[in-house]
Amino acid sequence: MKIAVLVKQVPGTESQLQISDDQNWVKEDNLTFFTNESDNYAIEEALQIIAKLDDGEVVAVSLGPERAKRTIREALSKGVDRGIHIDEPYPYNSDPLQIAKIIAETIKEENFDLILSGLQSDDNGFGQVGVLIGELLGMTTATLVMETEVTDTTVRVKRELESGWYQWVTLTLPSSITIQSGINNLRYPSLKGLMSAKKKEIKSVTVNNKLNPNQSILKIFNPKKSKKTEMIDGSVDQQIQRILDILKKELKLF
Amino acid sequence: MSILVIIEQTKKGPHQISYEVLAAGQALGKDFDLPVSALILGYKTARIVELLKGIQLNEILFAEHPLLINYSSDGFSDAIREVVKQETPKFILAGHTYMARDFLPRVSAKLNFPFLADNISYRIEKNHSLILRKQIFSGKLSADIIPNCDKPVIISFQSSAFKKEDIIEGRHSAIRKISLSMDADTIRSISEPPFQEVTGDIDLSNADIIVSIGRGIGSENNVQIAKDLAKIMGAKMASSRPVIDAGWLEPYHLIGSSGKTVAPKLYFALGISGAIQHVVGIKGSKNIILINKDAEAPLFEFADYGIVGDILEIIPKLIKALRE
Repeated sequence: MKIAVLVKQVPGTESQLQISDDQNWVKEDNLTFFTNESDNYAIEEALQIIAKLDDGEVVAVSLGPERAKRTIREALSKGVDRGIHIDEPYPYNSDPLQIAKIIAETIKEENFDLILSGLQSDDNGFGQVGVLIGELLGMTTATLVMETEVTDTTVRVKRELESGWYQWVTLTLPSSITIQSGINNLRYPSLKGLMSAKKKEIKSVTVNNKLNPNQSILKIFNPKKSKKTEMIDGSVDQQIQRILDILKKELKLF
Repeated sequence: MSILVIIEQTKKGPHQISYEVLAAGQALGKDFDLPVSALILGYKTARIVELLKGIQLNEILFAEHPLLINYSSDGFSDAIREVVKQETPKFILAGHTYMARDFLPRVSAKLNFPFLADNISYRIEKNHSLILRKQIFSGKLSADIIPNCDKPVIISFQSSAFKKEDIIEGRHSAIRKISLSMDADTIRSISEPPFQEVTGDIDLSNADIIVSIGRGIGSENNVQIAKDLAKIMGAKMASSRPVIDAGWLEPYHLIGSSGKTVAPKLYFALGISGAIQHVVGIKGSKNIILINKDAEAPLFEFADYGIVGDILEIIPKLIKALRE
């Protein structure tokens, strides 16, 4: 079994975001970057599938600037076998279909049995690339997967539907599935893992044929205030007094 | 050239969001002077067609095939591809549901049309170009996105982006069947019947007060503080996704698009950032109080009252004050 995990490096969820001067993205100078949350679950799921089958290989694939290699290295330190870095300095303004075409073209020859990716990125959140690549490479696809059962020829997945409903779907391999956060318990790199990661291969690929994006970001901005929120300031005691007033006098709950 | 609105079906009829997107389609149709049609995919769709008859539409299109009895990503994406080849719409609209997220990217790749996903609104520039607005960074920022090609565009709208009440009613839409030449080999999956996980004995949908925790609660040990607050307030406990993922509360406490929808008198949110997937579940709340140390949390936009502060400092003191 040969599994690719698509990983993306994104600003941390607690980041203070400032809009860049060209209004096209955020200022990256002071940001700390991490592996996209649901991608971490995809990495873990891939490692568990291979462990269960006791045979196979996991490859982490990331498209992004040079710094994205850190995200690949982190995956390697958790047990992923090797990495492919697709060098693209400004991936944020490309459209998902263009990104998917670049990745699909790069990994086509690898003939992966399974491609796992997080259900969406925490920055742009288009939530499409995993499915697009599946279609482009003629694979079956499924999204929001909460459990997997892999055989030599199929993957049975538990898909999350809306409002607490689920459904099992059995797909023929090769398949590209997107993983929902919480599917498994994440592991953290061991010291041994960190050491061995340094020896593992990260192949760098440069994209030559730029495709014309079919969609792009015109500008980004802070959301407009739609609702008047009363911000309660002051000391903690003053804040508590105000909450009590709200609960008792305004909402008449007690 | 037309606008095609994909109708998603539930057991009860069209999905709520499909009505909202029909309203969006009618507005867009007016702006671009294009006829708007509803598209129903499935098998034995007469009842759904009937339910849409009161809406002002150019046509109600239905494409039936035995291979569409059960949903599959292979089947639905292939059927839409066939319909689009025949109908050549300018815009293909759908609600940004879990099902749309599953098959619309497939349609986008099959047809090489851009899929502008998860929008909250649109506007038209003076030169008649379309600009869509979506939330990025879990709602912390917004982005205006443009399709920059002459191709047809696939667009999905977030739930509540448009209102069902804004649908223009009308009569005598033409009803037309579209033939599909689907092949059984297209479908490479087998679906089992949908099911619900065992749910705990907690009725969040009728709760008057809900204390809800998010990632900002910090650790499993701190959950007890929120439980203590809930107890003294006579509130039910709920949470956003990261808390469930971490295993700090049972999955039936989850609120949002994959969990429950609630409408309490008071939604007391502790350390919740307010990603759109969560906000859709709490829109009906009469009042929202949020305490979060991250001043940038998007839920502050949506809350009635906000405190930027430390839950661990404020809540124990609040519990003490409520006891007195």
